[in-house]
Amino acid sequence: MQFGIFTVGDVTPDPTTGREPTENERIKAMTAIALKAEEVGLDVFATGEHHNPPFVPSSPTTMLGWIAAKTEKLILSTSTTLITTNDPVKIAEDFAMLQHLADGRVDLMMGRGNTGPVYPWFGKDIRQGIPLAIENYALLHKLWREDVVDWEGRFRTPLQGFTSTPRPLDGVAPFVWHGSIRSPEIAEQAAYYGDGFFANNIFWPRDHFKRLIDLYRERFAFYGHGTPDQAIVGAGGQFFMRKNSQDAVREFRPYFDNAPVYGHGPSMEEFTRETPLVVGSPQEVIEKTLSYRQTYGDYQRQLFLVDHAGLPLKTVLEQLDLLGEILPTLRAEFAKGRPDTVPDAPTHAALVAKRDADLTDPVSA
Amino acid sequence: MKLVAVSAGLSSPSSTRLLADRLAEATRAGLDGDVEVRVVELRDLAVDIANNMVTGFPSAALREVIDAVTEADGIIAVTPVFTASYSGLFKSFFDVIENTALTGKPVLIAATGGTARHSLVLEHALRPMFAYLRAIVAPTAVYAASEDWGGSGDAITDTLPSRIERAGRDLAGLMSGLSGTAKRGEDEVVPFAEQLAALRKS
Repeated sequence: MQFGIFTVGDVTPDPTTGREPTENERIKAMTAIALKAEEVGLDVFATGEHHNPPFVPSSPTTMLGWIAAKTEKLILSTSTTLITTNDPVKIAEDFAMLQHLADGRVDLMMGRGNTGPVYPWFGKDIRQGIPLAIENYALLHKLWREDVVDWEGRFRTPLQGFTSTPRPLDGVAPFVWHGSIRSPEIAEQAAYYGDGFFANNIFWPRDHFKRLIDLYRERFAFYGHGTPDQAIVGAGGQFFMRKNSQDAVREFRPYFDNAPVYGHGPSMEEFTRETPLVVGSPQEVIEKTLSYRQTYGDYQRQLFLVDHAGLPLKTVLEQLDLLGEILPTLRAEFAKGRPDTVPDAPTHAALVAKRDADLTDPVSA
Repeated sequence: MKLVAVSAGLSSPSSTRLLADRLAEATRAGLDGDVEVRVVELRDLAVDIANNMVTGFPSAALREVIDAVTEADGIIAVTPVFTASYSGLFKSFFDVIENTALTGKPVLIAATGGTARHSLVLEHALRPMFAYLRAIVAPTAVYAASEDWGGSGDAITDTLPSRIERAGRDLAGLMSGLSGTAKRGEDEVVPFAEQLAALRKS
């Protein structure tokens, strides 16, 4: 089981002081948070991709490359990479390059984006969001697996005898997750390829995501990648933690009440009751996180959103220290009763080993 | 069969609710067999509807009502007229329902207002909205101005009770999958003595 954090990369004023970080401060805060993630023993750091204010991370592989140079173990990922508006050729090359520089500590999550105008800004039509995600990923998948690609599709100029460079590290493509908030088509796509499926999980009630995950697990088995409980599932989550539950509630309330996504709507109590947000003591965070397993089954990756709602960097780093303290308990509890047949999230080393095993034993391949 | 009436009335008692109740009763009278009637007051869900706008998901209480509406065999939708249209609460409720969830659903539209001058709200606001949702809207729509509640209720001047009855019959017909039953063709001659007798009776 992997634990990590994911960031949206929004520049949001701190509602308690009114102070808004500069873009430079926010970018540097994101990288500081990533380094802290490795320091406290987390496995994964993932960044969003956006092309409009108030968001800063437009160039994920640049940021992840910098982090790669400063870390040893951390897996660098995205949440998400826009498979709709990016050229799949550039995604193939950027992430293969990152894979080499990071010695394989790279995977990525495909998504369709949250801002309508990004489509026309990149010359695309939002009504074709799902078809773009399907065709572009089909090309990306091919570019990483075939050295010379001939391609003709609906959305991109054709390719004849094209080789994307560099080739993936050790000839093994980065593992891909497909992220979705609402679309069963994306769960189906993840299942078809035997890729991972990541349920955003943070904004909506969990029974909604359970339906998507159950669909993905069932279709994963249908396509012959294993049993439903061997499908590769990830989930988001968000918390605000203090040693004392009341302190957490008091400190986080102004941030919740003014948060860009859910602020000025339901009360924090209503929102924590109906969604995965937990505001409370370390024990409460542990309990809520463990409850996802009850709902979704044994899964492979848990990412938390920590730097949200305008929280200052200092507070976010404190949150990560607290997360580091409960991490051994979370790991131990998630390992309890987990069947041996449930796989871990694929790492580069595991994918290379599997490829080599398949080569020497083609029957099981 | 399941019939759900949605009332966007705000006061208590509310003439919008009253109209919803009367329409539900008229529809029930036109249906055979068991009819489960439920009347939903959007006022009770006002905060939940606003929260759904903000968060993108319904509370448990709102979810239950949305499910009831989308699973109903017929819907009666009644709004007060506010600022020359349906009320914001009425529109917001239908805004948070998936825009494909009412496709093919029989719907009876109705509205209330202070004067009859706003009655075309039914035709220029409610009917196009449900047409967009691809609902099957009953041909008779009922508008009740304040003065209509004091109407005589006789069958000659086509006042509120007769419009309610006709609308209920329309919706019941749509819910039962019936096409119209009016006869076409020859003019029906009612002997004059009978016409005279009918007037004296009422």
